[in-house]
Amino acid sequence: MADFDIPELKEYPVIPTIHEGVMAHSKPFVAKDEFQKQLGFPGELIDNWQQVAIDKMGELTGKYRSLAVFLDACVKCGACTDKCHYYLGTSDPKNMPVARQDLYRKVYRRYYTFAGKYFPKLVGATDLTKEVLDDWYSYFHQCSQCRRCSVFCPYGIDTAEISMAAREVMDCVGVGQKYCNEIIGKVYKIGNNLGLPEAALADTLEGLEEDIEDDTGVKVRLPLDEKGAEVLVVTPSADFFAEPHVDGLMGYAKVFHEAGISWTLSSYASEAANFGMFIGSYENMRKVSLRIREAALDLGVKRIIFGECGHAWRVAYSFLNTLAGPFDFLDPKYPVPQHIMEFTYDLIQRKAITLDKSANDDMVLTYHDSCNVARASRMGPMPGGQFILPREVIKASCNHFYDMPQDTIHDATYCCGGGGGLLTDDLMEIRVKGALPRMEALKYVVETYGVTHMAAICAICKSQFTKVLPYYGFKMDSIVSVHQLVSNAIVLGKKQ
Amino acid sequence: MPFWTIVYALLFYAATALLIGGLAYKIRKYATTPAPLKIPTTPAPVTRQGVVLRMFREVAFFESLFRSNKWIWLFGYLFHFGLFLVLARHLRYFTYPVWTWVELIQPFGKYAAFAMVAGLAGLWARRVLVDRVRYISALSDHLMLALLMAIALTGLSMDYLTHTDIVSLKAFFLGLMYFNWHPLPEDPLLMVHLGLVATLMIIFPVSKLLHAPGVFFSPTRNQVDNPREQRHLAPWAAELEK
Repeated sequence: MADFDIPELKEYPVIPTIHEGVMAHSKPFVAKDEFQKQLGFPGELIDNWQQVAIDKMGELTGKYRSLAVFLDACVKCGACTDKCHYYLGTSDPKNMPVARQDLYRKVYRRYYTFAGKYFPKLVGATDLTKEVLDDWYSYFHQCSQCRRCSVFCPYGIDTAEISMAAREVMDCVGVGQKYCNEIIGKVYKIGNNLGLPEAALADTLEGLEEDIEDDTGVKVRLPLDEKGAEVLVVTPSADFFAEPHVDGLMGYAKVFHEAGISWTLSSYASEAANFGMFIGSYENMRKVSLRIREAALDLGVKRIIFGECGHAWRVAYSFLNTLAGPFDFLDPKYPVPQHIMEFTYDLIQRKAITLDKSANDDMVLTYHDSCNVARASRMGPMPGGQFILPREVIKASCNHFYDMPQDTIHDATYCCGGGGGLLTDDLMEIRVKGALPRMEALKYVVETYGVTHMAAICAICKSQFTKVLPYYGFKMDSIVSVHQLVSNAIVLGKKQ
Repeated sequence: MPFWTIVYALLFYAATALLIGGLAYKIRKYATTPAPLKIPTTPAPVTRQGVVLRMFREVAFFESLFRSNKWIWLFGYLFHFGLFLVLARHLRYFTYPVWTWVELIQPFGKYAAFAMVAGLAGLWARRVLVDRVRYISALSDHLMLALLMAIALTGLSMDYLTHTDIVSLKAFFLGLMYFNWHPLPEDPLLMVHLGLVATLMIIFPVSKLLHAPGVFFSPTRNQVDNPREQRHLAPWAAELEK
């Protein structure tokens, strides 16, 4: 099945001893000239790359307080060393958060600190050589920017910030990652990560409307580019056809239908995900975000609601107001943006939709907290709402729900293994190995409670698990969308 | 003035200047560098008071570290709390008359040095024995522990083995503070102790000891979770909108 060893699922999680260099070979494809240039980066490694990289590092430290503090503050206490799913799955020490940061920190120290300039050996500072750059390319693409390390660090040092900075520096010297950069280019040209043009999108949505009608006998609409709709829904483009994503999309449609609230998708902003964050580029992240603002203005909507997507919700919840705000042209009664989970949860609370839990009786469910929803965003008015709302919606839609062990959920959740720009076939080995801690937790509830399905609210998680579950002996369709459960349970036609 | 008194007097003036100047420079840099995006590690407080409380729990109890690793927490807490009491106790050498609360903690301060040593020993043992921590340790990480350990041990020795002339020592430091120099007692143990402390003060602003001011500026811990309610815009990001 694979040309690498698949980790064994143990009864109890075990912290592996270190094995140096075992993942040094893992590197994603390098972005070609054309993909680099459309993002404003040089097409290949430039001649004076060292100087440009060093200057860029200085510039970034002046622009981001996170970097300035994180590069100085680490005391190498070791608290984070057993917290990264990629370390637990590979045992490569450079996948320990502190060691990954040190790949960047040792260069920063060499050029920007007194100790590193004059006593490099003493503090472990090194010159920026081609070998160091290769190490960066390898190991900064083995970080899914999931922030688990940041939760456990006594200073809150977030390796994601360092990974983003390193990727930005690499892009600026011409060594970008194909997967992310090609995709961002597609958003600029076509409007979404998958490169799905307007006509194809309209066609797909029409097909979904037919599917729902065949299935339920009710005409539920999935409108596209409808001016004057109340709500603009921005959802990851995987929702348009990937399984189980598309079942979630049909779920949103049914919820809007039952709520009697008009909504529309936009072909111009047909993508919730924002890969600008993965490559640490504020400018690109802003450019992608502005498309949503433009679509909202153009369509004259009053609210913006995001579909099920993890990193997208981070950018939406935490950054959208910064990047593309202010949203004073929208209805001030609602937060901007809202999550579809907040919308559905509110309807359930108000008993504005009816759910028949028994429709999901063929499943025993657990819930995977997506990393960026859990540790980089919120839902609802109270801290931790991002854990409560999805679970409440699931419990309102089914009869059998069990959580995975406490140290693998909520803000201690493990990444699916495919986040942060790693969801590409050329990184299959690290994706499979990185899923180990989640698979162990899943195995526990499967064996203890007879769990059959795991629900998630992130397009990356859903795609990653579909691909990775079979490596560990689970069925690929045991991953479901939360709104797929809602879709199954919702009683249509109640409100007419 | 005796030669060594002049050397140590100048050393402590220089060390104090470098410590304060270096820290002021660093803190200024942390404070003035913008945080362009809202990146609190969530769940995060939704009010400023909540953030103050979160930071207090972090600094006073090492909350995140406690969740993370009980051994590091135990050793780290022993060391830091011990150090805090020891430093507080040492205020008696710089104040006249000695403040009441310093008098009150005197008995605890004396034994806190043992906690410090125990904590340092535990942290050092982990650095050597745990393969993951050994891998991430540079020479400077070991030297830092050696320096702190040597300071603690020389201090303890003067308390429990050979007593130093504490009255003259206090006169020396008060003299430094009020620019009215008095001779330093030339006790070798004391001079080593003071020399190491001055070294620690000098390297503080150029070493990982910057975690002390740094933690207060960590955006993942000190930001309010309110991005939807309040637009957050850094000056350099605002430039992009023009």
